[in-house]
Amino acid sequence: MTNDNKAPEAAGPGEGIPAPEGPANLIDTDYVIGQDNIATTKLGVSLDLHGKVFTFSSLVILFFVIITLALQDQVEPIFNAIFSVLTGNLSWFFLLAANIFVVLSIVLIFTPLGKVRIGGAHATPDFSYAGWFAMLFAAGMGIGLMFYGVSEPLTHFGTAMGGTTVENGVRTDWSPLGAAAGNQDAAISLGMAATIFHWGLHPWGIYAVVALALALFSFNKGLPLTMRSIFYPILGERVWGWPGHVIDILAVFATLFGLATSLGLGASQASAGLSYLFGVPNTNATMVILIMGITAVALCSILLGVEKGVQRLSQLNMVLALLLLLFVIFVGPTLLIATGFFENLMSYLVNLPALSMPFGREDANFSQGWTAFYWAWWISWSPFVGMFIARVSRGRTVREFLIAVLLVPSVVSVLWMTSFGGTAIDQVVRDGFQGVQEAALELQLFVMLGQLPLTAITSFVGIVLVMVFFITSSDSGSLVIDSITAGGKVDAPKPQRIFWALIEGAVAIALLLGGGLTALQTAVITTGLPFTLVLLAACYAIVKGLTSEPKSV
Amino acid sequence: MFKKIMVPVDLAHFDVIEPSLQVVADQARHYKAEVCYVAVTSTVPGSVAHNPEEYQQKLEAFAQERAKVHGQPVSARVFTTPDPIAELDDVLIDAIDEVSADLVIMPTHPPKHLDVVIPSHGGKVATHTKASVFLVRPSQD
Repeated sequence: MTNDNKAPEAAGPGEGIPAPEGPANLIDTDYVIGQDNIATTKLGVSLDLHGKVFTFSSLVILFFVIITLALQDQVEPIFNAIFSVLTGNLSWFFLLAANIFVVLSIVLIFTPLGKVRIGGAHATPDFSYAGWFAMLFAAGMGIGLMFYGVSEPLTHFGTAMGGTTVENGVRTDWSPLGAAAGNQDAAISLGMAATIFHWGLHPWGIYAVVALALALFSFNKGLPLTMRSIFYPILGERVWGWPGHVIDILAVFATLFGLATSLGLGASQASAGLSYLFGVPNTNATMVILIMGITAVALCSILLGVEKGVQRLSQLNMVLALLLLLFVIFVGPTLLIATGFFENLMSYLVNLPALSMPFGREDANFSQGWTAFYWAWWISWSPFVGMFIARVSRGRTVREFLIAVLLVPSVVSVLWMTSFGGTAIDQVVRDGFQGVQEAALELQLFVMLGQLPLTAITSFVGIVLVMVFFITSSDSGSLVIDSITAGGKVDAPKPQRIFWALIEGAVAIALLLGGGLTALQTAVITTGLPFTLVLLAACYAIVKGLTSEPKSV
Repeated sequence: MFKKIMVPVDLAHFDVIEPSLQVVADQARHYKAEVCYVAVTSTVPGSVAHNPEEYQQKLEAFAQERAKVHGQPVSARVFTTPDPIAELDDVLIDAIDEVSADLVIMPTHPPKHLDVVIPSHGGKVATHTKASVFLVRPSQD
């Protein structure tokens, strides 16, 4: 946890900026972290905030909550229209950008630049592999895997089986690529490939780029840990002014509303699960209690800090998720999953070029409605996940970092999707059990588990997993927002974190009761477009930053 | 009676620690004790330093300044943690053993209601260490 740092004897105190631990290449800027901050102690609560970023992001949040609550019927079509224009006309842009992120990440693993160590050549990791990896995964997609693990493979399998339908020269089906009409094995293979495509290299490539850029510019270059630092190679000193403020405010917006909407939707899903399992009434009251409970536990976790809070919860979740995964593998169709893992991996790799092709797509519904939607979604989450990953990744080499953030989670996604989706598909094709396909989206996991033994236990574990994933998201999200609104300080007073965690819960409850969760989620995803530009800038910054770094030995 | 005094220091909030420094100087002279100035910082760049090493240098410079005031031997140690706000107490408690101090002198605030949710660092440290702890409240006038 702690490590002492002996200063090099040659450098006298106060003479310029010394290197981080071992050789690294600091950016020389006159900006002092926290120089634009307002620090005060009012009513016994001490604060330390970036005045402009904090004020404007609070106002933007308030404004959006009020208009989505007051003018719900008017704003929802507007958000939807903006979003369909984005995914419809700009889907090529999202697909192309995501490909760039993946290619860059993979290339960096194999180049000498992969030897650069985050935090300086002699930096040592702050967390063990187990704790680090658990946090990467919990922050990145834990919750999504719980809900789409069953439903997405099933959906793609179903549409692929249905084949293509063309009306007036336009394809109206939602199946990926050329579908696989009537060919069951081919449909399974294509369905799994399409699902893994959305949960594999591309989302993690997006996270890796953001996280690596932030980690590099913060730990190696000495800039504050906020989104604006990525732009330093392009904007120079101007990042400390309004261009930087706007980037940070946008990041706060995406993070807070991304979390609040997920918290709201997650509560409705957990509540549906509880009512399916225990007959708890699936009402607004249940959901509000769930959100309050999740926020309360998240607060405790925040007070305990990263090491005792998020890290422990993430590790707990990894163990639970692993148990659930092993249970499905061994109690479900074991052989099918074992062979399916390699078949699906192959199918993914074979279909990858066609699936990720940005231009000349015939499957517009799939590539725009699914893929572009997912990419915008992952990208709008990337400031949050990226900042959190960056913060816990000091001391790793770039190569180690990319393998852990890109390759390992992708392989885990393949295994997870194969086990959960494969089992559900197997129930359909072999047992003729239609229950999962017919169940509501949020219940599909539980209905699938219902066909296996020990349902009560496994479904309960499922619900616990969902809730703990939300707790870790709420906790790490509050840390991220607090750090951005404090101008990159991670040692801002504790009440600020508590404030943000409470706001998340309050916004989620307000939107859940007043409606507008889905409208706002659409609004969050529209932030995917500006952030795609931020990420492209990050690619440039990474290469530029890494080439000026000394390699670690 | 005391051989080594550990003094937690936050260079970013100098005004907070200032009143206790005089107490440290008096005690150090009285017991002819070594004074170890300790800081806990994040690995992320902060307002004081861009990295832990720079912080270490600033802390050493600060310690030397203090040595001129009280004339006792000094040392300086920076401890890093990913989350200095939440983990400060635990790091300080470990640091006491690490630097083998037998007295800790640190400033604290007067008791207030918020302590129930966010306990004072000094109070928490005192309940978890074998070393003696001298908590200095801000002067009343």
